[in-house]
Amino acid sequence: MKTKIILFITAFLVWILLSWSFQPMHLIIGVIVGILVSVTTSDMFVKEPKIFRNTKRYLWLLYYIPVFIWECVKANIDAALRLVHPDLPINPGIVKVKTTLKSDAGLVFLANSLTLKPGTMTVDIDKENGFLYIHWSDVKSQDIEEATRLVVHKFERILKRIFE
Amino acid sequence: MKRLRWFLGLVIITGIIAVIILDHIPSLLEWQSPFLKRAFFILILCAAFCLWRILLGPTASDRAAALDIMGILIVGFCAILSIPTGRDWYIDIGIAWALQSFISILALGKYLEGRRFDE
Amino acid sequence: MNEIIGLIFIAIGLVFDFFGCLGLVRLPDIYNRLHSSIKCVTLGTSSILLGLLLYKGFSPTGVKALLCIIFLFLTAPVSAHVLARSAHKSGVKLWDKSVCDKYAEDKK
Repeated sequence: MKTKIILFITAFLVWILLSWSFQPMHLIIGVIVGILVSVTTSDMFVKEPKIFRNTKRYLWLLYYIPVFIWECVKANIDAALRLVHPDLPINPGIVKVKTTLKSDAGLVFLANSLTLKPGTMTVDIDKENGFLYIHWSDVKSQDIEEATRLVVHKFERILKRIFE
Repeated sequence: MKRLRWFLGLVIITGIIAVIILDHIPSLLEWQSPFLKRAFFILILCAAFCLWRILLGPTASDRAAALDIMGILIVGFCAILSIPTGRDWYIDIGIAWALQSFISILALGKYLEGRRFDE
Repeated sequence: MNEIIGLIFIAIGLVFDFFGCLGLVRLPDIYNRLHSSIKCVTLGTSSILLGLLLYKGFSPTGVKALLCIIFLFLTAPVSAHVLARSAHKSGVKLWDKSVCDKYAEDKK
């Protein structure tokens, strides 16, 4: 039941953003479509409903967004400068790092953030053992511990408080 | 040799961008805003780079990657076109295109996974 | 005033889009190409959509542009991830001057 309510609120928010008009007819259609979606597909998306009640997670999410956008802008300027340099100063390779996140949503957000972070792109995830394979355009260290400290640590610290 | 190729590419690309910015291109559409006309032609230049990679790419995965990038560029096309024409439904096409291109790239990736690279 | 700031954001987005597609032509192998172009094109197109939001204000078009930014940030890195994994599984080699490939070592 809780999962259905959470999914209904999400679907209704997306409906309001899509049709930005507050006439009663639009809102009634949104409620009907939201109930249909939440009844049919409730057990596919939300696994643990109790973590949505924790207010601290939303504050950490608000802190995470500016950090992420700043890293993203830095990554773009770094990639553009490497591109236009005549000598092409890249030193690529696929390295292996480890993570301590366990939940699905946390792993997806970690992989997405690493793809938009300076110099790294996720290639594959080994969920059982907690390993990530990462294509690094400027390999500084091939050791697992050292690479983990350089690449994953900054985002993992915040994402652990949001999704675990 | 490498520096020479880099310099040649720099000259060609600067020439194309100069032609776009100095506004020598005739266009079929009626553009009220001169800035958005140049923005439109710069996006067409980006799409031409993607087409170059689709024509030339040695493996099938390269072509799929260029297709993915072009799918994201089309969302930018829709966003830019909605300003000078005044038709607001272009951004609806943009949202639908972003989601549909994502799903088609997922299917294409699953299909390419089991093959050798030159099929 | 808002319209001028919106046009400036659109110009920044065009510059990033251009560099991303240049990377698609210039870099040597598929992993590097995906790596640089997915970053630049995602941020560039998001910047164009943010410019549209500033230009139109909080009208239906502007809010749809905001929703489109969220969709792009959720879906574009996943598609790059899928393409890189499928390329590696179908046997595309890395560039000759690459340093290491731990994924191929572990897969055997």
